[in-house]
Amino acid sequence: MPFIPHTDEDIAAMLAEIDVNDIQQLFDEIPKNLQIDELKKIPSGMSEFETTRFMLEKAPNISPGSCFIGAGAYEHHIPAAVWDIVGRGEYYSAYTPYQAEASQGTLQLIYEYQTIMTRLLGLDVSNASMYDGATALVEAVLMAVRIKRGKANRVLVPQSLNPIHRKVLRTFLARQNISLEEIAYSRETGQVDHTAFDKIDTQSVAALIIPQPNFFGVLEDVDALTNKAKSMDAISIAYVNPLAMSLLKEPGAWGDDGVDIACGEGQPLGVPLASGGPYFGFMCCRKQHVRQMPGRIVGRTHDKDGQQGFVLTLQAREQHIRRSKATSNICTNQGLMVTAATIYMSILGAAGMRQAATLSHQKSIDLQNQLQNIPGVDVVFTSPKFHEFVVCFNKPVATVLRQMSDAGLQAGYSLQEHYPELKNCLLVCVTETKTKKDIENYVQVLTHILTSEESIAC
Amino acid sequence: MLTFEKSAKGRVAGAFVRADVPEITDIPAQFLRKELPALPELSELQVVRHYTRLSRKNFSIDTHFYPLGSCTMKYNPRAAHKLASLPGFLNRHPYMDEKLSQGYLSCIYDLQEILKQVTGMTGISLTTMAGAQGEYAGVAMIAAYHAAKGDSERTEMLVPDAAHGTNPASAYMCGFTVKEIPTNEEGDVDIEALRAAVGPKTAGIMLTNPSTLGVFERQIQQIAKIVHEAGGLLYYDGANLNAILGKVRPGDMGFDVMHLNLHKTFATPHGGGGPGAGPVAANDRLKAFLPVPMVGKKDGEYCWLNENDRPESIGRFGGFMGNAGVLMRAYIYSVMLGKEGMKRVGEFATLNANYLMKRLQKLGYTIAFSQRRATHEFIITLKPLTQKYGVTALDVAKRLLDYGFHSPTIYFPLLVPECLLIEPTETESKQELDRFVEAMASILDEIKQTPELVKTAPHTRKVGRLDEVKAAKELDLAWQDKMN
Repeated sequence: MPFIPHTDEDIAAMLAEIDVNDIQQLFDEIPKNLQIDELKKIPSGMSEFETTRFMLEKAPNISPGSCFIGAGAYEHHIPAAVWDIVGRGEYYSAYTPYQAEASQGTLQLIYEYQTIMTRLLGLDVSNASMYDGATALVEAVLMAVRIKRGKANRVLVPQSLNPIHRKVLRTFLARQNISLEEIAYSRETGQVDHTAFDKIDTQSVAALIIPQPNFFGVLEDVDALTNKAKSMDAISIAYVNPLAMSLLKEPGAWGDDGVDIACGEGQPLGVPLASGGPYFGFMCCRKQHVRQMPGRIVGRTHDKDGQQGFVLTLQAREQHIRRSKATSNICTNQGLMVTAATIYMSILGAAGMRQAATLSHQKSIDLQNQLQNIPGVDVVFTSPKFHEFVVCFNKPVATVLRQMSDAGLQAGYSLQEHYPELKNCLLVCVTETKTKKDIENYVQVLTHILTSEESIAC
Repeated sequence: MLTFEKSAKGRVAGAFVRADVPEITDIPAQFLRKELPALPELSELQVVRHYTRLSRKNFSIDTHFYPLGSCTMKYNPRAAHKLASLPGFLNRHPYMDEKLSQGYLSCIYDLQEILKQVTGMTGISLTTMAGAQGEYAGVAMIAAYHAAKGDSERTEMLVPDAAHGTNPASAYMCGFTVKEIPTNEEGDVDIEALRAAVGPKTAGIMLTNPSTLGVFERQIQQIAKIVHEAGGLLYYDGANLNAILGKVRPGDMGFDVMHLNLHKTFATPHGGGGPGAGPVAANDRLKAFLPVPMVGKKDGEYCWLNENDRPESIGRFGGFMGNAGVLMRAYIYSVMLGKEGMKRVGEFATLNANYLMKRLQKLGYTIAFSQRRATHEFIITLKPLTQKYGVTALDVAKRLLDYGFHSPTIYFPLLVPECLLIEPTETESKQELDRFVEAMASILDEIKQTPELVKTAPHTRKVGRLDEVKAAKELDLAWQDKMN
């Protein structure tokens, strides 16, 4: 029997010990009319060999260097050692480290992760991670409202923030009497339109979200926005690409005093694309806010002999102690993903991370500049960018995407569903994983599609 | 030693690094970082050795029996890990062309169908990333249902006092007030208290069945009737589904909405505390409100369904489409098990728990609900031993580590004093259970003869019992270099 080790003799001995005749008798407290004989519509099991063949047929065929989609999930090279270590059963098949003495591996790793994240983001403390970037942002907003003790419940959200993340914010905040107000972006620069603040009431603002880079790949004037939040007496929440933070100014240094909370999507740090998950969200904040921070946190302490050790700490904030009064209902972190990120960042080091970020930026600018020369393509925003940019076609974007895909390229992310004003605009991402040849190929295929009359006719 | 202590300034020794990257010149200085962050500078070998050594300080399913009640620490099949890690799955961008993703989408679609069958529900969304998120989604769907009917009075969520802490926390996050329902001496919900609690304010009830007390709620049909007649809905917490997989379905019990923990019932790894996956399933009454996205079929092709296709949806719960890699592992596991294998899960999980309960009872441990059948787990209480010898549940938990067993869940559920919640799962052999019984017999002798030995455990780990009070009072949450 797959994964069930019992022999017939075992079963007989166990039933005798319990003093029942058969296994079915163990279910005699369950009303008979509720018990089913069979899960009728589920097929019979397959052997591991059959399952392997079956799954090999299901797996998509993806050519290296063919994916230029970013939009929140980024393809980076992951050193082979990362997932080799992460796949060790001692990490892979362990539970939450509640029993500290039997979990020092996971606990020390999380402590090291927390240390790395505080240094990367320039803030005092980090938690042990959240589900993903979008939910980390939700938790950051809830945290900001808690810090404001309910005296402010308006949250300012730039439209240049990931549109899916704005939807996730609505899912959670609409039920908590927190209002989200969107701040427009400049059609010229792609940054938050700073004049938009003139039109809004700056009283009772709990938080301002500041993305860096923003969803268009554009760099925001984070110093001005952080100071703006301060002038409104609002909590500043940075939403950043963590790999970019090896190159771009860290949130702790934004504006006059730095931000209050920084969070984001951890996927670029050694986590594969994998159809959108599992990824992990990270969150750091200033020391004075630590008791309002959600999620698990690891602290360093010692045993009675003075030996250093690590434990989950500040658990009094959490749901299993505080129940309905907890800072969050969150019960898991993304332990395995954090393991990957910690090993990834340790192997690359800050210098290696900066190289990956720099290469991604340079290759992205290279492609942008080449696309600009193709007739029928316009680069949309003028501000500096990280590793994504927006182009606009003089042809329907859906048709261009279809033909690029048929030619073997995932060309980018169409923006018009979420930004109707950005009709026929495409968000394109290039990372260090794209070679010069990949970039040339993209340019050639797109040039062919846009200049060949018959192919557009469909 | 921490990785930071092994670091040496200027060491760069990964194959990743290339020397020929020019400085950025087109990004104005105002956007750039002034100094590199002080991350560890290590060779690849140092990193591999450091984290390999650290891993050996962990207990895990792969190394130890891990009878952690309510957590279902069963074997995580390697095939599920290996096949979910095929390059085509790992390298697929979440927004990749649907036309080129039909194989992948068919797996997700099939998993939706399998889980609908297993739960007896008619709709499902796999996007919620953990049990607590599934709970929040389910409770939000109940709120949306009442709101759609124009019923704004239903502000109370009933939660039995034995429930997981996430239940009241999720209900509260969703704007409900929480009303606790007591449990009777046999471990069932106090029906009279429930009758007294329901009314026009009742939005619903959140129940785990089998409950966290390790017994099946025998009056579930009566409970469903009382709550439904009062206009409320029933939420099923899938934490303990392993006990009844393939035997009883929440939809048939009268539940309207539920979540599953794929990291428990469907053998996906716990990963040292995540990632999990907490799909939410619902019956006809509530399925229109399910989170998006989900996989549907249009003109014979698999495709994502989003807000436009599901206008009544309560919304999105994450940046993409859920923890896809976890879902793939659950799918592969269910393909290997098939319907016969799933039924065996519930049966052998129950057999192992009842066997272990009986053996520990014969040793002299006090079973909390000895007149009841165990489900997939059961509770022993050490209260008599605590009173007589001063040894607590925590002490026994720590002593078990010395015998090479991870501890059961302790001090949960809160209703039973000095309790250990023990869940062996179906993947443990009789020999392993017998070894555990021997350890518990030996510890029982120690409690009586050398209680200090138990009270000061563990003795064989790299560290002894850690000072948690100090950790919380003198917060040390990140390494500070002496040099800085």
